[in-house]
Amino acid sequence: MAQDHDALRDLAAARDRIAVALTATMIAVYFGFIALIAYDRPLLAKMVAPGLTLGILLGAAVIVVSWLLTYFYVRWTNTHYDDQLAKLGAATGRSSTEAP
Amino acid sequence: MILALQATAAAPSTAIGQPNTVAMVFFVLFIAITLAITLWAARRTHTTEHFYAAGRSISAGQNGFALAGDYMSAASFLGIAGLVSTTGFDGLIYSTGWLVGWPVVLFLIAEPLRNLGKYTFTDVVALRLRQKPVRIAAAIGTLATVILYLIAQMVGAGGLIKLMFGLEYETAIVIVGAAMIAYVLFGGMLATTWVQIVKAGLLLSGALILALLVLARFNMNPAALFAAAAAKYGDGVLNPGKLVSNPLDTISLGMALMFDTAGLPHILMRFYTVPDAKAARKSVFYATGLIGFFYLLTFVLGFGAMVLVGPDAIKAVDKGGNMAAPLLAEFLGGTPFLGFIAAVAFATILAVVAGLTLSGAAALSHDLWVNVVRHGEASGGEELKVARVATVLLGIIAVVLGITFKGQNVAFMVSLAFAIAASGNFPALLLSIFWRRLTTAGAVSSMVFGTVATLVLIYLSPTIQVDILKHTSAWFPLKNPALLTIPLSFAIGMGVSLLSSAAPVEAGMSAHDRRMVLGD
Repeated sequence: MAQDHDALRDLAAARDRIAVALTATMIAVYFGFIALIAYDRPLLAKMVAPGLTLGILLGAAVIVVSWLLTYFYVRWTNTHYDDQLAKLGAATGRSSTEAP
Repeated sequence: MILALQATAAAPSTAIGQPNTVAMVFFVLFIAITLAITLWAARRTHTTEHFYAAGRSISAGQNGFALAGDYMSAASFLGIAGLVSTTGFDGLIYSTGWLVGWPVVLFLIAEPLRNLGKYTFTDVVALRLRQKPVRIAAAIGTLATVILYLIAQMVGAGGLIKLMFGLEYETAIVIVGAAMIAYVLFGGMLATTWVQIVKAGLLLSGALILALLVLARFNMNPAALFAAAAAKYGDGVLNPGKLVSNPLDTISLGMALMFDTAGLPHILMRFYTVPDAKAARKSVFYATGLIGFFYLLTFVLGFGAMVLVGPDAIKAVDKGGNMAAPLLAEFLGGTPFLGFIAAVAFATILAVVAGLTLSGAAALSHDLWVNVVRHGEASGGEELKVARVATVLLGIIAVVLGITFKGQNVAFMVSLAFAIAASGNFPALLLSIFWRRLTTAGAVSSMVFGTVATLVLIYLSPTIQVDILKHTSAWFPLKNPALLTIPLSFAIGMGVSLLSSAAPVEAGMSAHDRRMVLGD
C-alpha cells in the first residue's frame, strides 16, 4: 500500500517536471522571438528566400513549435502516464480523503 | 486597432455598407440553425450540471472545436487580418502570442482544473481556502473580464452589422443581445458549445477558402505573396514596424498575450464540459492545432488584402482596417462571397458573446449567490433559476453598454480584459494548484491587486491618456502593464501567504494533490 502511494506521488511529480520543462521551453522560444523583435531587428530583416524574411520564418516556427510541444506532451501522457495513473488510482483507492 | 470600427463614407467600388441579400440569407440560416440547436439542447438542460457544463457530455474533439470557437473572436479574424493588411509583419506578434498561451494551458492548467473544480475556475482557487473572500475576489476578476470583453464585442458587432448589412446600430445590438440570451437561457452550455462548434467550422472553412483563393494567384507560394507585398509597399512590411517601437512595450505585450488565455473565465469553464482530465487534455491539443492553423491563414489573408485590395482602400472603408478580410472576399468572389464572409464574422461575434455571458452568469450564480449569499446551502433548482436570471441581466447590461459606447474607440477594452485575465485571475489560479502554502489572504490580495493595478495602470498609460484623452504624455510609460502586474501579482500572492500563515505544510501527498491527479 505504502509503495503504491509513493509510486503515485512519483508519477505526479514526473508529470509536473515534464509540464514545467515544456512550459519553460515554450516561454524561452516565444520570448526569444519577442526579444529579437525588441532588440535585433536587422537580424529579423534578413531575407532567407525571396519574399521570406527570417522574422516571418521564425514567427511561423513559433507556431510549429507550439504544435510539437503539445503533441509531445499528449503522446507522453497517452503512452506512459494514463496507464500507470489508472493502476495506482485503483491500488490506492479513489477516495480523496484518505491520507497517505 | 482591433475592432475599433470607425466607418467613413464607403468607397464607391465596394458593396460594403449596402444591404446584401446573400449575407442576409446566410445570416438568417445561421440564426435558424443555432436556434434549432438551442431548442434541442433546452430539452436536455434540467440541472446545474447541464446548464454550466453540458452534463460533462462533450467529447475531446468537440471541445477542441468549441475552445477554438470561443477563442477565435472577431478580434482575431477581422482585427489580425486588418492589422497585417495595414502594417504587415506586426500582426504576427499578436498571432504567435495568442497561440503560445495554449500550450501553457495544456501543461499547467487543463487537467488539474478539471480534476479539482466543478463549474468555474474559482472552484479551484477556493478549494482549500475560505470560500467567501476568495469567491468574491475571483468573481470581481471574472465579471471585469467578461463585461469589458462584452462591451468591445457588442460595439464591434453593432458597427460591423451596420457596415455590412445596412441595419441600424441599435437594431443590430438588440438582435445580438436577444440571440445570445436565447442560446444561453434555454440551451445553457450544451447550446453554447454547439453554437461555438458550428461557428468554428464556418470560420475555419471561410478563412481557408479565402486563403486558397489568394494563394492561387501566387502559384500557391506564400513567399511569392510576401514578395509582391514588398515590391509594392517596401521591405518594411516584412519586418517589425511601428506597433512595437519600444522594447519594454514589446515584452510587456508579449507577456499579456501569452498568459491571458490561462485566465479567461469562459475558456477555463469549457474544461468542465468534458468527461475527465484526459479529455480536457486532448481538447487543448486539438484547439492548439486549429487556432495555430487559423492564425497562419489570417497572415495570408492580411497580406492578400494588402496586395490585392491595398491599405488605402481598406482604410477608406474602416480606419481601423477591420474590413480587410471582407473586402478581400468581395475582390475574389464578388458580392455573394462578401455576404458569406460577413455572415461568418457576425456568427463569430454572436458565439463569443454567448460564451462570455454564460461564464458571467456562472460567476454571479455559482460563485456569488450560492457560495457567498447562501453559504453554499442553495438547492440545485434555486441555483439554476438564479443562473437564468443572471443570464438575462447580463444580456440586458451588454445591450445597454453596447448602445452607451456607440461610436467610442473600445479597442483598448479587449486588451484591458485580457490584461485582467493575465494579472488578476491567472497568478492566483496557478498558485492555488501548485503551491501548498497559498492562504486565503494571499489569494485574495493577488487577485484584487492584479485587477485593480491593471485598471489603474491602463488608465494612466498612453493607451488612454494619449490615444483616447489626447494628452501629450502619460504618467505610466507602457501601453500594456503586464510586465509589471503579472510578476507583482505572483509576488504579492506568495508574500502575503507567507506572512499570514505560520502553520507547517504537511509532508507527503495531500488529499488535494491526490485529487489533482486522480479526480474525484
